[in-house]
Amino acid sequence: MSGTLKNLTLKIWRQSGPNDAGRFDTHVIDEITDEASFLEMLDILNERLVESGEDAVVFDHDCREGICGTCSLMINGQAHGPERATATCQLHMRKFSSGDTIVIEPWRASAFPIVRDLMVDRSAFDRIVESGGFITAATGGAPDANLTPIPKPVSDAAMDAAQCIGCGACVAACPNGAANLFTGAKVTHLNLLPQGQAERYQRVENMVETMDDRFGSCTNHGECEAACPKEISIDVIALMNADYRKAKTINRKSLSRV
Amino acid sequence: MSMTLDRPTLDSKTPEGPLADKWDNFKANEKLVNPANKRKFKVIVVGTGLAGASAAATLAELGYQVDAFTFHDSPRRAHSIAAQGGINAAKNYRGDGDSVHRLFYDTIKGGDFRSRESNVHRLAQVSVNIIDQMVAQGVPFAREYGGMLDNRSFGGAQVSRTFYARGQTGQQLLLGAYQQLARQIGIGNVRLFNRTELVDVVNIDGRCAGIVVRDLMTGEVSSHSAHAVVLATGGYGNVFFLSTNAMACNVTAAWRAHRRGALFANPCYTQIHPTCIPQSDDFQSKLTLMSESLRNDGRVWVPKMAGDTRSPQDIPESDRDYYLERLYPSFGNLAPRDISSRAAKRAIDSGQGVGPKQNGVYLDFADAIGRLGRNVVAERYGNLFDMYERITGENPYDTPMRIYPASHYTMGGLWVDYELMTTIPGLYAAGEANFSDHGANRLGASALMQGLADGYFVLPYTISNYLSQWLNKSIPDTSHPEFARVEAEARDRYHRLASIGGTRSPDYFHRELGKIIWDYCGMERTEAGLDKALSEIPALYEEFSKDLRVTGGEDGLNQTLEKAGRVEDFFELGMLMCRDALEREESCGGHFRAEHQTDDGEALRDDENFAHVSAWEWTGDATQPTLHKEPLAYEEVGFQTRSYK
Repeated sequence: MSGTLKNLTLKIWRQSGPNDAGRFDTHVIDEITDEASFLEMLDILNERLVESGEDAVVFDHDCREGICGTCSLMINGQAHGPERATATCQLHMRKFSSGDTIVIEPWRASAFPIVRDLMVDRSAFDRIVESGGFITAATGGAPDANLTPIPKPVSDAAMDAAQCIGCGACVAACPNGAANLFTGAKVTHLNLLPQGQAERYQRVENMVETMDDRFGSCTNHGECEAACPKEISIDVIALMNADYRKAKTINRKSLSRV
Repeated sequence: MSMTLDRPTLDSKTPEGPLADKWDNFKANEKLVNPANKRKFKVIVVGTGLAGASAAATLAELGYQVDAFTFHDSPRRAHSIAAQGGINAAKNYRGDGDSVHRLFYDTIKGGDFRSRESNVHRLAQVSVNIIDQMVAQGVPFAREYGGMLDNRSFGGAQVSRTFYARGQTGQQLLLGAYQQLARQIGIGNVRLFNRTELVDVVNIDGRCAGIVVRDLMTGEVSSHSAHAVVLATGGYGNVFFLSTNAMACNVTAAWRAHRRGALFANPCYTQIHPTCIPQSDDFQSKLTLMSESLRNDGRVWVPKMAGDTRSPQDIPESDRDYYLERLYPSFGNLAPRDISSRAAKRAIDSGQGVGPKQNGVYLDFADAIGRLGRNVVAERYGNLFDMYERITGENPYDTPMRIYPASHYTMGGLWVDYELMTTIPGLYAAGEANFSDHGANRLGASALMQGLADGYFVLPYTISNYLSQWLNKSIPDTSHPEFARVEAEARDRYHRLASIGGTRSPDYFHRELGKIIWDYCGMERTEAGLDKALSEIPALYEEFSKDLRVTGGEDGLNQTLEKAGRVEDFFELGMLMCRDALEREESCGGHFRAEHQTDDGEALRDDENFAHVSAWEWTGDATQPTLHKEPLAYEEVGFQTRSYK
């Protein structure tokens, strides 16, 4: 049954632009139903700010169903807040208590520059996908879908990896700001499938090197897996590393034959 | 040189020949652009959901220069990603009697005989290619142990033709299309403009010459010219404020095109999805869908007695009304969406609603858990059960879910001909943004099918039929004064919105507008109610234009200003919706006029007077649009009363 939270103190990071100095603003929420989602609390705050002539807090959000990957936020130092396997948009106020102080910050990673307040630029993820996170299959020439049977365990494992929503929590949680869970998930999804074999080694080499140009290095802390709202396993990083190692030999061999 | 368009005419350009041959006949006779000439043409694609991403990627693969626009940070955020249940295709992999004809027929019937026969047949034909294409791209559809693709069934069909990827089919399909688009961006065939919103359409010499956009990061307004423009910008379900759409979904692109001469068809055909989590408080920002697939195993019921406040476990079988099973025995809990939604509304209106606000009905899995065991139920629906618990704090394994209908999809949209061209030459609309395939009600798992059909297998064929005439001819670029004029109008508009200096936020007005539309143009409409809405909306709009407050200025990133522009367009659309609903003196699909129902409360169509598409022309005054009619003729299937009993 629903209840009411009283006297919440929000400390929210405000920053005008990527190169400006930031600060914490403090706002008090006198009362809110515990049925409200965390982002609905910010909506209410923003409506109050606008109607009293102040600038709304900028934050990214869209589907509010935990699937589009647009929302972010470090909440009390945790990516997507305290609830396991839950994106910020699906976090509800019943996970907090009256009198709590809640610190809200943007993703913290040098590869994700701050745009304003709580919004960051995650386009480095798109660059990784553009470098190889696809199977080349131009529209029109595909054979019948059942021509290539895929064993269910293989298909299921590919799907486990493919669930990544591209939110960036893995990078934000990583002490090194590494994107290995994100990249590993896409490499695993495509490299496990029979359709992905033709480009397997080119894919992993291109994606890993695009990633390395922009993000920090993985040192197997495992914070990414703990923060992932889709519970993607760090096994995907092992698979990516194994394929990358093979790729360095195989791709060199094919070059030497040219 | 003239900036105005010719008077619109509704020529559907349906090809000659028997229904099953029309698409082949079109392809045999259309004008092509040879591969070396394709690079001379620029196509703008606005929106990167299933329709937009698949169109942009495919057009670029063919060799056209493509500019793709999205207001998101990445193409992968488009709201197609949130579709849960699945995608239909007439593969007949089950051997259960499916065929192109049956999918065509189910879609026509599901749409309550208010869609264009030729478009729907083509949709059913290309549905099979979509599954092949997506599997080739690595979409991990659910499979059986032998490695073949699995299927499930959905509302309004008696075969299993729905392909799915757990409860995340839309996500996997969108990521497939996004990756194909990303490849084209990476190799330079597509230029991507992210965080950029369309704010107007520019017509020169009787054709669409390009678009005016606003960079959401800088507030800068700029122009882009092209040989053709595709709007794949989704539906307008957020006009209700509370809906299952994402927060940013809006009608602006389609509406701006409408104001520039594109007719808007059947705006009153909106889909209210029966299984969403009910509203819990007044500040709720959106409603969350619980997939239709849950109705495969869940049973819908309410207490027989109004105002029964006992907890569900304490209500004996004899005091429960499983109303869908009672009213529609042959489809039961899988009755189509419009019918299930109305039945839920009636139960709640008669006081049988459940939950703290008495605004829900039960969707109960106790029988399924008893029959199949908790593990099997968890395997099928585990992720949905978890989501329900996160949102409501209740565990659906132990207590029935509470559900209520919510705005989910809009069948209406920009009028398009067989080639998906709007009434503005060179301006196309694809996916949910157009009106073409679902009539007055869309069947489950058909939105993904239509988005990808349009983007992969229709537009890439039809667009050359238009482009070929411009080969080696010059078209106006953005130095043309009309672009500067439209840009100035857009700047003035945002300046006006930013400087009203009132007291209320855009969200306040959106919420108030949504309440009016929901109350009078929602699941049940009456003449008196629509008249009331048509007097209340302009009054609220008047208040909006005097009392709106937007902080943060016009330059640079300003989410409040973005919202204000979108809400203003919803006002005008809302008026058109009510006008269309008032004019359509019949009930069909999602459009239910209380005055027109059978003795047992079912929709009563009037084929004699309303077997047409209502396409509205903007006249400069939102309250006085002009109606054009495209008659609907059915060669292959005769009109029938839609029955799921």
